[in-house]
Amino acid sequence: MTGKEGVRETMAETAGSPVKGPKKKGALLLNKVKKNTSLYILLLPSVIILFIFCYIPMYGVIIAFKDYNSFLGIGGSPWTDYYGFKHFINFVTSSDFSLIIKNTLLISFTSVLVNTPFPIILALMINEVRLKWFRKSVQTISYAPYFVSVVVIVGMCAAFTNPDNGVFTRFAELLGFSDISYQLHSEWFLPVYLISGLWQGCGWWAIIYVGTLSNVDPELHEAAVIDGAGRIKRIIHINIPTIIPIATIMLIMSIGNLLNVGFEKVYLMQTDLNVESSEIIATYLYKQTFFSKGMKPYSYGAAVGLFNTVINLIFLFGANFISKKAGGETLL
Amino acid sequence: MKTSKNDKIFEGVIMGFLVLFVLITLYPLIYIISCSFSSPKSVFFGEVAFLPKELSVESYKLVFEDDRIWRGYLNTIIYTTVGTLISVFLSFTAAYPLSRKDLVGRKWIMMYYVITMFFSGGLIPTYLLVSNLQILDTMWAFILPGCLSVYNVVVIRTYITTAIPYDVQESAMMDGASGIGIFVRIILPLAKPILAIMALFYLVGYWNSYFNALIYMSSDEKYPLQMVLRAILIENDTQSMDPSQTTAEQAMMRESLKYSSIVVSTVPILFIYPFISKYFEKGLMVGSLKG
Repeated sequence: MTGKEGVRETMAETAGSPVKGPKKKGALLLNKVKKNTSLYILLLPSVIILFIFCYIPMYGVIIAFKDYNSFLGIGGSPWTDYYGFKHFINFVTSSDFSLIIKNTLLISFTSVLVNTPFPIILALMINEVRLKWFRKSVQTISYAPYFVSVVVIVGMCAAFTNPDNGVFTRFAELLGFSDISYQLHSEWFLPVYLISGLWQGCGWWAIIYVGTLSNVDPELHEAAVIDGAGRIKRIIHINIPTIIPIATIMLIMSIGNLLNVGFEKVYLMQTDLNVESSEIIATYLYKQTFFSKGMKPYSYGAAVGLFNTVINLIFLFGANFISKKAGGETLL
Repeated sequence: MKTSKNDKIFEGVIMGFLVLFVLITLYPLIYIISCSFSSPKSVFFGEVAFLPKELSVESYKLVFEDDRIWRGYLNTIIYTTVGTLISVFLSFTAAYPLSRKDLVGRKWIMMYYVITMFFSGGLIPTYLLVSNLQILDTMWAFILPGCLSVYNVVVIRTYITTAIPYDVQESAMMDGASGIGIFVRIILPLAKPILAIMALFYLVGYWNSYFNALIYMSSDEKYPLQMVLRAILIENDTQSMDPSQTTAEQAMMRESLKYSSIVVSTVPILFIYPFISKYFEKGLMVGSLKG
């Protein structure tokens, strides 16, 4: 690899500089940049889009420390009391705070807990089947639900758990539950959320593990067979260790997103009756900002959003740090 | 390798579990389709369990008469087409230069992209931006915020560096081809598998998304399909019901419409994906091997 790169570099140099011999580094760099002008032109559209839709809002987040007034603009609005932290203090001391944080953490922890092992188990099982058509069909069917929109998923959940005619209500009755409507009973919100999420994502999340397993060197398995290892032994000693690095990265990523519980699904599932278990940071932020009458409290919303982002980053770096200390895979 | 009797039993058990898994995956989808072909009465009274009951296309009649759905359909097709083109264009024009090792400042430019994956201004600053750009309640508000996925850029970049030999580009460079020339004539044709996958990802993303419409759009006639579905499925919106019917009849129609509208809105997507699934696993794998 490095040898090849070296050759490439010298080629670029000779092509770029008409005069041979030692040259100033700056001039050489400029030459290289000039030679690749068209590459920078290619980059331009995406750089501009990111600047407008990501970097300008990053600047805009300073309204979290201000009392935003649309006439004065972002720069002109006055800073708040408490050294700019008024909105954060208001959020943390609000009566809803502990409930929102509890729900957000509960939903995300249980999601990670449910969504991590099942795709791995599915992939391990698919990998054991030798009939190719069987393996392919199972896999293709398994990720079909991933393409169903979240609106439709929630619509299905609502219809299926309808207390009058829902098909799962009838199943649940056979198991001795009376009424599983998450729209009416807040204790059913989390189970319905988790099960529908697993139904939708399990096959999709398994793809990456199935791919990793198919890359295992067959000689490894042959050697193990010669040593007298059975199937289960080989799964434990070869397949599972193969998967662990990727699983760790996935886990770090999902921990980094711990507070990023998808607004879309929770908001659609939320009703006045289940709000005590479905109110999360994102839905709270949305409703507080857009449903308030008169002047919209944009600054407060921005503060709640920033709080969310910062906690997420702390979780992400924390998970990465722990994984590094444990000698495992790291994301960053 | 020889298969022993134990091995066969083991495999049989596993296949049994997988068949069960497939049934669980398919059941809700089949149930929806069955309900959509059943009479509104049997759906309403929960008589459908697996196959259609009292075969009927009544609920499809309701869909075809509902102009909200067709307007939403048309809007979604327009938004999805324009959005996918923009997103694919941005992703590939970003990914190719970033795959070139001789790009001066590559590390810093990459940083500029990656930072946006971990830190964002959040909903409110983005909303204020969209509002200041005066594109609220237009197609652009639906498409542009979030039209570029940096994760996808990384996947494409990895694909280009691992699946397309650098020598191919080098010989073109010797012939004096510019970066854009190489990109158009060499990289794009060779990157077809990842192009197909990315186009599908973005297409499905736009087709299924409702968030931007919820936040940035306010007029009914501009709503994409998913917002219409939300009204029908979740908010039990009754606006297009025939007022001459009794309340019970209306309730039945409403239930029935749910299933047929799910089928009508979801079938196009479910039809596309098996055609592209052959590229799928490959493309995903290449991308996930961190570059």
